[in-house]
Amino acid sequence: MMKIRFSLAAFLLIPSALSFALDLNGAGSTFIYPLASKWFSEYNKKTGIKINYQSIGSGAGIRQLLTGTVDFGASDATMSDEDMKKGKYPILHLPATMGAVAIVYNLPDAPTGIKMTPDILAGIFLGDIKKWDDKAIMALNPGMKIPGQDISVAHRSDGSGTTSIFTEYLSKVSPKWLEKVGKGTAVNWPVGLGGKGNEAVAGLVKQVAGSIGYVELAYALENKLSFALIRNQSGQYPLPSIETTTAAAASAIETMPADFRASITNMPGKDSYPICGFTWILAFKKYDDAAKAKTLVDFLTWSMDEGQKMGPALHYSPLPPSLIQKIKVAIATINENDPKTGVQASKGD
Amino acid sequence: MIRKPVSKPAKGIDPSQRTVVKLVRPSKPDSPIPSYDMSRGSGSERAAIPLVTGKPWGDRAFKNLTAGFAGLILLLAIAMVWELWLAASESVSAMGWHFFLTQKWDPVLDHFGALAFVYGTIASALIAFLIATPFGIGIALFLTEIAPRPMREPISFLVEILAAIPSVVYGLWGIFVLAPLMRSHIDPFLIGWIGKPLFAAPSTGLSLLSAGIILSIMILPTIMGISREVFQAIPRGTREAALALGATKWETIRVAVLHPSRGGLLGAVMLGLGRALGETMAVTMVIGNRPEISANILGPSHTIAAVIANEFAEATSDIHLSALAELGLVLMGITILINLAARILVWSTASRLQTAGDDS
Repeated sequence: MMKIRFSLAAFLLIPSALSFALDLNGAGSTFIYPLASKWFSEYNKKTGIKINYQSIGSGAGIRQLLTGTVDFGASDATMSDEDMKKGKYPILHLPATMGAVAIVYNLPDAPTGIKMTPDILAGIFLGDIKKWDDKAIMALNPGMKIPGQDISVAHRSDGSGTTSIFTEYLSKVSPKWLEKVGKGTAVNWPVGLGGKGNEAVAGLVKQVAGSIGYVELAYALENKLSFALIRNQSGQYPLPSIETTTAAAASAIETMPADFRASITNMPGKDSYPICGFTWILAFKKYDDAAKAKTLVDFLTWSMDEGQKMGPALHYSPLPPSLIQKIKVAIATINENDPKTGVQASKGD
Repeated sequence: MIRKPVSKPAKGIDPSQRTVVKLVRPSKPDSPIPSYDMSRGSGSERAAIPLVTGKPWGDRAFKNLTAGFAGLILLLAIAMVWELWLAASESVSAMGWHFFLTQKWDPVLDHFGALAFVYGTIASALIAFLIATPFGIGIALFLTEIAPRPMREPISFLVEILAAIPSVVYGLWGIFVLAPLMRSHIDPFLIGWIGKPLFAAPSTGLSLLSAGIILSIMILPTIMGISREVFQAIPRGTREAALALGATKWETIRVAVLHPSRGGLLGAVMLGLGRALGETMAVTMVIGNRPEISANILGPSHTIAAVIANEFAEATSDIHLSALAELGLVLMGITILINLAARILVWSTASRLQTAGDDS
């Protein structure tokens, strides 16, 4: 009897010791992981608070948040209204950083910077435009030496936020794409080969002459791939870069809904790169554990100030300052109403 | 020195031990006899006494323990199928038979058809099977019948080492070595010499054929290893009898080695096939990940295991997850069917052999 009681006590002690060691748990987007892990280690150095993050994919992060396994999620795509209802408390979408999707290609002898309209881009990924010397492409790029090669499309085979941003963009600019394919983390691609991960798509484009694909900006830069210039809403052809992505977010502020579930693809403004999107931290509006809520609020606030400065070195675009102000207001609403109920509820656990 | 550990396991397992020894290492004609002697020399009378007193609880406990282990495996299998079935129920009720009869896989429109994945899974495994079987059995024959004795162990060790390479390494090799090689040399050759419908342009190097080739290398050790065991299990006397009747080396191999080991070889090949069906990482890296059914094996394809690995983490809608679980169930079904078929084939050839008077 004594033995049993002792082992029971030991058993109960272990989890509480663990939860003390790991102050916050998160899961989700693999895209944000390099930046997020930098954040967590810097924040740990500063405050001693430990944050454990599993980069298991946005979808899996959302599921873990809904089941309450983690304290916060991170996602490259917004949650559906239906999913948001499944949480114990209302869920906040807090933009944490931004990523741009670069259209990369491999055409021997042709230089980087082939211009494309949204129609051409959609046509290529729909399989309507099959050759590089298609009339539409040649007309837009006079004087550029483009060989008459077959176009071979490369896309992601795994579900991903990059695909979500890209297909959301195509659905916005091409009615035919919207009707035939639509948007999502994984879609039924009309043409092309699938590669698992950004690195595989970059690898495909690097290897196969005549290929075109889409990857996160960092992969285009690091692999030194040629990238296409896509016409934005204002008729300009901005380079895909950290600055043009931030510009796109800045021009989205006026139309930004209060819950930040906004797309920033195809934004107006001459510097706005058209294919980019937010990665959101998903947090509950209320936590039963008031101390946990405070830890999370402190961390999120820090990520808006100090955290944003760490982005560019890792190829992440910082959020525009005017947006940061709005997000901070939203962060402050976590548990602001009645922290006392939280304390009572945590006793019950 | 050897006696002590042998006497410990005691009398009860003596006969089985003898058969194990006989099965595993009969090619060395001298080995069964000393080991047989050894077990007899362990002192049957001495071991019998503690066994009688120990029987009531010791035997029962051991029996229950091992039965429990075996039962646990059964329970685990049932629990897995049950869980998968629960997870798949939404897709089963939404898609019904269309799941098996259509090939459109569209997570946006929530239409899920598994046919293209089933095709890719079976086709890639079949290609692997066609390539690896002659190589695997050939190497095993060479090692047991033809190669000079000092060569045998190093070569078989090298082949077996293939099994120890992680599949992601095979995948990387596939992307950086095999795919470019296929694209620039092998595919154009096949398109030019054989052509449609099996080999059609354009080739990207990422194809059903590339996946089959990678898989064939991965299952080679399985097929080679088991075939070798099977050949070694054939009594030396059978070979000597064939030689004594005036058979040439090749005739001896055909009549005295290959013929009686048909059942075992089938088992070897089927185990390899089973492994090929479930391989994920290496396949998804070279197959092109495009769910479509086409006779052109230089075109991209997709497999069940690959699509689950690809889409599971980012699947947000419930029905998408459910469809992936149903795919898992389908893969399990295919593997079980193939293993069953292998068992039945092995049984039937074994019984035919027994009635013919051979023993294996």
